Amino acid sequence: MIENIAKVWTQYWNLFLTGLGYTLLLSLITVLAGCVIGFFLALMRMSKWKVGNVKPLSAVVGMFVEIVRGTPLLLQLYFFYFLLPDLVYFWEPSKFTCITIALCLNSAAYVSEIIRAGIQAVDRGQTEAARCLGLNSKQAMIHVVLPQAVKNILPALCNEFVTMIKETSLASTFFVGELMTQYKTISGALYLTIEPLIIVGIIYFVVTFSLSKCVLAMERRMSAGD
Amino acid sequence: MTDKELLKVENLHKKFGDLHVLKGVTEHITQGEVVSVIGPSGGGKSTFLRCLNLLEIPDEGKIYFEGVDITDKKVDINVHRQKMGMVFQHFNVFPNMTVGQNITMAPVLLGKKSQKEADEMAAELLNRVGLLEKINEYPKRLSGGQKQRLAIVRALAMEPDVMLFDEPTSALDPEMVGEVLAVIKELVKTGMTTVIVTHEMGFAREVSDRVFFMDGGIIAEKGTPEEIFGNPQNPRTKEFLGKVLY
Ligand SMILES: Nc1ncnc2c1ncn2[C@@H]1O[C@H](COP(=O)(O)OP(=O)(O)O)[C@@H](O)[C@H]1O
Ligand SMILES: [Mg+2]
Repeated sequence: MIENIAKVWTQYWNLFLTGLGYTLLLSLITVLAGCVIGFFLALMRMSKWKVGNVKPLSAVVGMFVEIVRGTPLLLQLYFFYFLLPDLVYFWEPSKFTCITIALCLNSAAYVSEIIRAGIQAVDRGQTEAARCLGLNSKQAMIHVVLPQAVKNILPALCNEFVTMIKETSLASTFFVGELMTQYKTISGALYLTIEPLIIVGIIYFVVTFSLSKCVLAMERRMSAGD
Repeated sequence: MTDKELLKVENLHKKFGDLHVLKGVTEHITQGEVVSVIGPSGGGKSTFLRCLNLLEIPDEGKIYFEGVDITDKKVDINVHRQKMGMVFQHFNVFPNMTVGQNITMAPVLLGKKSQKEADEMAAELLNRVGLLEKINEYPKRLSGGQKQRLAIVRALAMEPDVMLFDEPTSALDPEMVGEVLAVIKELVKTGMTTVIVTHEMGFAREVSDRVFFMDGGIIAEKGTPEEIFGNPQNPRTKEFLGKVLY
């Protein structure tokens, strides 16, 4: 068994590493786009704009977040995989594009909640003090609230990245080339199931475990600076 | 004391849901005047003070500041707030900024001062309240009394026309109350118009031109410190003073 694992590794290490590369790329794109979209979603979610008794922006975003959280990611991937190519007739998105967009929107929903929680964890007195000095709400947000919220948000965002590294394995359903796709390719070629699986498992574990440790260290350093 | 009306409040009402907190307050504060607001907890003192700079939006009534009706939706409240300093019970200093930055941020951001001018002013203000050597520290290294002194000079850096204090010493350890009251006393001497919600009766008696006794959402009694503390008329005032003074 160990011998077999070593053999598979020496024969296919470049495929495994390519897969890891795609996995990291996909996760990174997802979380970065998720941050940008999620930030605006969070602002919309917290907006006080009212029509009658409802806050339309907040309600729409709230619904979106609930739908994303209440349905399986795999279903969302299928949904965009089938929907996007039909949506715009002059645009033929690749599989990878469809899957990436689905992952980004999924991540944006979770990230928006992370950002909202981070902002709301900043004491209301901070905003009040800023407003009393004459800052408008945007200035108070940018200069007083956000710099403090970042401390709450950053570690959670890194954890979201770690989660995404694992979640992107679902994209292998569509053979987009990430680590789990490579597993399928290699195990199909060799008629071996367990050995390549162990290798892939070790790669996932090493990456997520060490990243988690980094996040912990970062968290500790940030709270020390309080 | 001149007779210029700095703040005028007409028929102020404020509700939180079903809770009717302010039930029609009409009052004016003239320039240079020092007003203490006393009364039992829950009587609406903080809400009254927070309405003066629209931290709470009144449900009814008008507030005039320097002749402008700031409850008018067309008025840019941010401009007027620059002229109204506020100090909170829980200091609310900015923990992510140094002591110096706490003071200079707003005047620089709002274009009142260049960074250099603001830095000079910060040093001068900190010197006045005995915190100059802390200028590059972060607030977590300050005691409660020092934080509150910082909060006061942070507000002063905007060169306000009125200062609003909401129980500035209530969150302090007893040994730090004196240092903060001393700073406020100095400020009052410069002629700053001041409204202060406080439970420090001795202080209120000493520095105030007028005292408001707030209870049940109205100013139940008002007068000079001698009148309120020496010869209160309203039975509620008597009862309250009886409890806090003896
Ligand atoms: N933001 C708020 N939401 C709901 N109720 C409030 C709020 N602020 C104050 N209250 C209520 O209004 C009443 C008056 O409060 P406050 O003005 O803080 O009184 P005081 O400062 O005299 O103790 C209290 O019953 C308090 O619980
Ligand atoms: Mg109060």
